[in-house]
Amino acid sequence: MTDIPLDTMVRAAAPARRDIGLKARYAAERRFRIYGVLAISVGLAFLAIMLITIVSKGYTAFWQTTVTLPINFDEKIIDPSNKRATDPDVLIKANYPKLADKALMAKLGIDPSNKPMALKLKGFLSEGARVQLRDIVVADPSVIGTTRNVDILAAANLDSAFKGQIDLNVEEARRKVSDQQIAWMNQLKADGTMAEHFNKGLFTYGASSRPETSGMGVAIIGSFYMMVIVLLLALPIGVAASIYLEEFAKKNRFTDLIEVNINNLAAVPSIVFGLLGLAVFINFLGMPRSAAFVGGLVLTLMTLPTIIIATRAALAAVPPSIRSAALGLGASKMQMVFQHILPLAAPGILTGTIIGLARALGETAPLLLIGMVAFVADYPKTPFDPATALPVQIYMWANEAERAFVERMSGAIIILLVFLMAMNITAIVLRRRFERRW
Amino acid sequence: MNIMTEQSLENAVGDKMNAKSNEVIKMRGDKVGVFYGEKQALFDVNLDVRLNQVTALIGPSGCGKSTFLRCLNRMNDTIDSARVTGKITLDQEDIYDKSIDVVELRARVGMVFQKPNPFPKSIYENVAYGPRIHGLAKRKADMDQIVESSLKKAAIWNEVKDRLHEPGTGLSGGQQQRLCIARAIAVSPEVILMDEPCSALDPIATARVEELIDELRQNYTIVIVTHSMQQAARVSQRTAMFHLGYLVEEGATDKMFTNPDDKRTQDYITGRFG
Amino acid sequence: MSSMLVLAIVAAIGVVAFFIGRQRAVAQDNGSVKPHSRAHYHGWWAFLLAVLPALLLLAVWNIGSSVYLERHIHAALPERTADSAVASEALDVSLVKSLARGLRQLDANTQLPASFAELQPLLAAKGVALATDTQDYMIPIAVEANAVQDRLGLIGAVVTLVLSIAGAFYALRQVAPRARARNNVERLMLWGLLAASTIAILTTVGIVLSMLFQTIQFFDSVSPASFFFGTVWDPRFAAAGSGGSQGQFGLIPLLSGTLYIAFVALLVAVPVGLMSAVYMAEYASPKVRSVVKPALELLAGIPTIVYGIFAVVTLGPFLRDLSAVLTGGSPFIQGQSIFTAGLVMGVMLIPVVSSLSDDIITAVPRAMRDGSLGLGATRSETIKRVILPAALPGIVGAILLTASRAIGETMIVVLAAGVAANLTANPFEAMTTITVKIVNQLTGDLEFNSPQTLVAFALGITLFALTLVMNIVALYIVRKYREQYE
Repeated sequence: MTDIPLDTMVRAAAPARRDIGLKARYAAERRFRIYGVLAISVGLAFLAIMLITIVSKGYTAFWQTTVTLPINFDEKIIDPSNKRATDPDVLIKANYPKLADKALMAKLGIDPSNKPMALKLKGFLSEGARVQLRDIVVADPSVIGTTRNVDILAAANLDSAFKGQIDLNVEEARRKVSDQQIAWMNQLKADGTMAEHFNKGLFTYGASSRPETSGMGVAIIGSFYMMVIVLLLALPIGVAASIYLEEFAKKNRFTDLIEVNINNLAAVPSIVFGLLGLAVFINFLGMPRSAAFVGGLVLTLMTLPTIIIATRAALAAVPPSIRSAALGLGASKMQMVFQHILPLAAPGILTGTIIGLARALGETAPLLLIGMVAFVADYPKTPFDPATALPVQIYMWANEAERAFVERMSGAIIILLVFLMAMNITAIVLRRRFERRW
Repeated sequence: MNIMTEQSLENAVGDKMNAKSNEVIKMRGDKVGVFYGEKQALFDVNLDVRLNQVTALIGPSGCGKSTFLRCLNRMNDTIDSARVTGKITLDQEDIYDKSIDVVELRARVGMVFQKPNPFPKSIYENVAYGPRIHGLAKRKADMDQIVESSLKKAAIWNEVKDRLHEPGTGLSGGQQQRLCIARAIAVSPEVILMDEPCSALDPIATARVEELIDELRQNYTIVIVTHSMQQAARVSQRTAMFHLGYLVEEGATDKMFTNPDDKRTQDYITGRFG
Repeated sequence: MSSMLVLAIVAAIGVVAFFIGRQRAVAQDNGSVKPHSRAHYHGWWAFLLAVLPALLLLAVWNIGSSVYLERHIHAALPERTADSAVASEALDVSLVKSLARGLRQLDANTQLPASFAELQPLLAAKGVALATDTQDYMIPIAVEANAVQDRLGLIGAVVTLVLSIAGAFYALRQVAPRARARNNVERLMLWGLLAASTIAILTTVGIVLSMLFQTIQFFDSVSPASFFFGTVWDPRFAAAGSGGSQGQFGLIPLLSGTLYIAFVALLVAVPVGLMSAVYMAEYASPKVRSVVKPALELLAGIPTIVYGIFAVVTLGPFLRDLSAVLTGGSPFIQGQSIFTAGLVMGVMLIPVVSSLSDDIITAVPRAMRDGSLGLGATRSETIKRVILPAALPGIVGAILLTASRAIGETMIVVLAAGVAANLTANPFEAMTTITVKIVNQLTGDLEFNSPQTLVAFALGITLFALTLVMNIVALYIVRKYREQYE
C-alpha cells in the first residue's frame, strides 16, 4: 500500500492557484539586489578613483632629473686667497653655484661673457647644488683643483618640464620655463647629460623650501620614533589592562566605569587627544614641542583602546577548558594567564596591535596641535628633538602652491599607503591563518 | 478551505487502521539524496506523504529526518553548500523543477521550526506577516479575519485576543510555538512541515500542541519530525523511520509500533539506541 | 648625581638582589621541606623590593625638589616694583632657571663675571643662547639655585640608594622554604595590571580636567553666553595681546557647519554603507565576500588626510569646473564646499557604517530568517520586513557612532571645508567646523594665555561633550541590542 503508482493514484482536485503577486515581488527583489551591488560598487569605485588619481600624480615623484656635469673644483673660485688652512669657514662660504654654472655653460657652449645668455640659465640647476658641492669639498678638501663628474639636481621646474608635465603650448611668458631653457634641456637630454634617476632624496632629505631638495627623511624618522614609542608603551599597558579586566576584575561599578571609558575613548575624536597632549604634556609637564616623544605619548593614549578591545576579544576566545586544565594542575591564576592564555591569544593581540599601529601611523590631527607642523631640516637625533611625521609632512606639502610639491605629496601618500596596506594586509593574513575555532 | 474535497474529507475522518486504497498522495519523494558539500547526508529516500494525514519522521539524531523535511519546501536552498538529488513532487509537480517558484512553493508548503521563532513584532503582525507579503488580504477587515481565524485554529486565540498588539516574543514558549503555527496557517498552506515542534516545550505545552496537530489534520497535510516515539504514536497516521541517512521502514503508525519489519526499527522503538 | 646614574645603580642593586635571592632559595632547598615557591620567585621578590620603593621615592623626591627650588628662587628674587626690568614674576623665575641650566655648561673652575654682558659670550661659546633681558642680579641667584639643586640631588640619591639596599636586604632575609614569595610577586603583578587598566580613566580625567581648566580661563575674558550663543566668529588674531579690541567667539556658525557637513556625510554613508552590509551579509557568495570585504577594510584603513587631499586637489576643482560647465559660466559649487567635504567624508564613513551594521545584521538569529523564508517571503522581503526591523536598534546605535566620527573628523574638513565661518544653507558654499577652528587657533606661534588660543579648548570640550553623549547612548543601545540575542 505504500507504493501506489502515481498514474493510478486518485488525485484531489488541483487546488486553485492563488495569485500571490509573484511578478511584482520578484521585480522588487531584483531592484533590491541592484541597490546592493550599486552600493558596493560606489564604495569600490571611489577607492579605485582615489588610488588611481594619487598614483598617477605621484609615481613620477620617485624619479628626479639630474644633470651630470664635469665640475672643475677651481681653487680660484673656492679659495682665491688660499686661507683655508687657517680659516675653515672659507670652504663653507665659497661660491659653489658658480662652479656648477661654469660647468653647465661649458657643456652648453655658452660664452660666460655673454651676460644675457648666462642670465637665462638662472633657475636651470637646483639651489641645492651649493650644498651638494660644499659637502664634497668639506668632506675631502683634496678635490680642490681637480675635475670630477657630479650629478647635480635640476631645478623643480626643469624637472617637471623634463617629465613632460609642463604644457609647452602655453605662451612663454605664462609658464615657468623659457623656450631657451627647453632648448637647452633637449640638447642635454640628447647627449645623455640630463637624465632621470631614482629619487633617493625623497626618502632622505628633510624640509626645504625647494621641492627638488625636500624629502621625507625627517618625517620617516619621526614616524619611526613614534611607532616605537607606541609599541613599547601601548602594547604592554594594553595587554596588562586587558588581562586585568578579562581575567581578574570582578564585575562591579569600578570595572564598569573602566569599560565605559575604554569604549568611549575608542570613539573620541582624535583631535581631542591632541588637545590633551598640548595641555598636559607640553603646557603642564613642560615637554618639548614638536618632539616625537610627545607625539608618541599622544598616539599611545589614542591607540590603547583599540589594543585593549582586540586583546580582550582574543583572551575571551580562549575556551574555559584551558583555564580549568591549568588551574587543575595547581597553577596559580597568574601562571595560568601568562603561561597558557596569553600565548594562545597572541595572534589576536598581534592583529589588534598592528591595526592600532596602522591607525596611529596615519593619524594627523593630534600631531598638528602639538607642533609637529614644523619646518625641520635636520634629522632628529633623539625622540626629544623636533621632528615631523609622514602624514603631517603630506599635509604641509598640500599647503604648498608649487606643482612639484603636489608631485612630492602624492609620492609621499603612495609611500604612506604602501606602509599602511602592508600592515593591514599582514593583520588580515594573520587573522586568517590563526583564526582558531575552538 | 479550497483544498478540501469530499474525497479527502472522507479520508480525514477514516480510521487510522483502515486507510483506504484510494488515499491521495500529496507529496512524493523519489530517490531523494542530499549533499552538504562533499558529505552525503541523505541516500535514496522514497517516501509518500498522504493528503490530510500526519506523517511522522522518526529516528536517532543525525539520521537525516530533518534534512528530508527541509527538502519538502526547499529550505535547504538557504544553505550555500547543500545540494539535492532525486525528485520530490507536490501534486505530481516536481518542486525542484525550474518552472516551480520557491516562494510560491513555500506559500503552499509551510514550516514550523524546532525553536519557536516569533518575529520581534506584535502578535497580530506576526500572524499577518505571511498574508501581507503574499497580498492575501485586500482590506483590513479581511486581515483581521485571517488573523483571528488562524489564531483560533492554532488554539491560542483565547489567550492572546486581548493583547494582539503586544510583542510576540513576550509569550511563553508553548504560546510562542502555537503563535508560529498560527503564522504558518495564516498563509493557508496545503502542507505544514513541523521540525520537532515540541522539543523546546514543557510537557503541558507539548500536550496542547499535539492536540492542535491532530485537529489541524482535518484541513492540512502534516509532516512532523519528532524525537519522541510516543509523540509519533500519538499524533501520526503514518510513520517513517530514518537511520544514518537511509529510510529504513515506512508504514501505518500502528503497524510500525506494534509489528515493525526491520530489525533496526524494532531496536529503536524498544529503546536499544537513540 | 644625575637621576640616570641613580636609576642605573638601583637597577643594578635589583639584579644583584635577584640572583642572591634565587641562590639562597636554591641553597635552602635540602629536600626535607617542600618549598612553597620556586627559587626564581624569591629572586623576583627581592628585585621588586629593591627597585619599586626606591623608584617611587626618587620620583616623589624629584617633583618635590623642583617645587622647592622654584620657591627658593622666588624668595631670592628682589621685591617687584613698578619699574622692574622684567615683565612678570613668572618670567623672572624662568629666566633664572634657564640661566642656571646654562651655567652648568661652563667648566667648573670658570671665574664667573658679575655682569650678564660679560657672561653671555662665555655661554655662547658653549652653545647656550639666553634671552637678552636676563639681568645681572640673577647671576648669584642662579649660582645659589644650582648649589641647592646639587645638594637636594645628592640627598635624594643617597636616600634612594639606601632604601633600595634596605629593600633588598629585607626581601633576602625573608627567603625560606615555606615563604610565600610567589604570592607576594603575584600580588604586586596584580596591582600592576590594575594600574594599567586605570589608565583609561586617567586619560578621560586628563582630557576633561585639562580642557575644563583652560576653558574656565577662557570664560574669564569671554562670557559663556557670548560663546555658546554668539553667531559671529571673528577671533582677531592681529589684536592678540594688544589688549585693545576683543575678538568675537561665537560657537553657532562653527557648530552649524559641523552638523551640516556631518549630515551630508551621513546622507552618503548610511544608505550606501547599510546596503553594502546587507548585500554582503545576505546575498554575496563567499567568493565575492572574500574579495570585497578586505577591499572595504582597506578603504577603512586609508588615513583621513588622504581623503582630505583627494577632496581638495581632485574632487573640489572637478566639481567646481563641472558646475561651471553646467551653468555655462560661473561655477555654483565652490572649490571648498560643504558638499565636497560631506561627500568625501561620507565615502570615508561607508566602511565604518558597513562593518558596524554587518556585525549587527549577522547577530539577528538565523531562526528569524528561516521563519520568514519558510512562510514564502522573498529574500528582500525577509530583509526589509524582518531583519532590518529586528536590527533597527543596533543600526541606530551604529549610525550614532558614525555621526560621532563625522563630527570629530578633522583632516578632511581642514582641507576641504574652508576656513570662513559663515552661516549658510547653501551646500555648495564653504562653511567651517569646530575641528577646523581648533587646528587654526592652535597652529603657528602661540601666546598660550590669550583668548585666541584658549578658545580652542572651549571648542574642544564642546566637541568632547557632544561626542561623549552620542558614544555613550550608542554604546548603550548596541549593548542592549546584543544582549537581546545572546
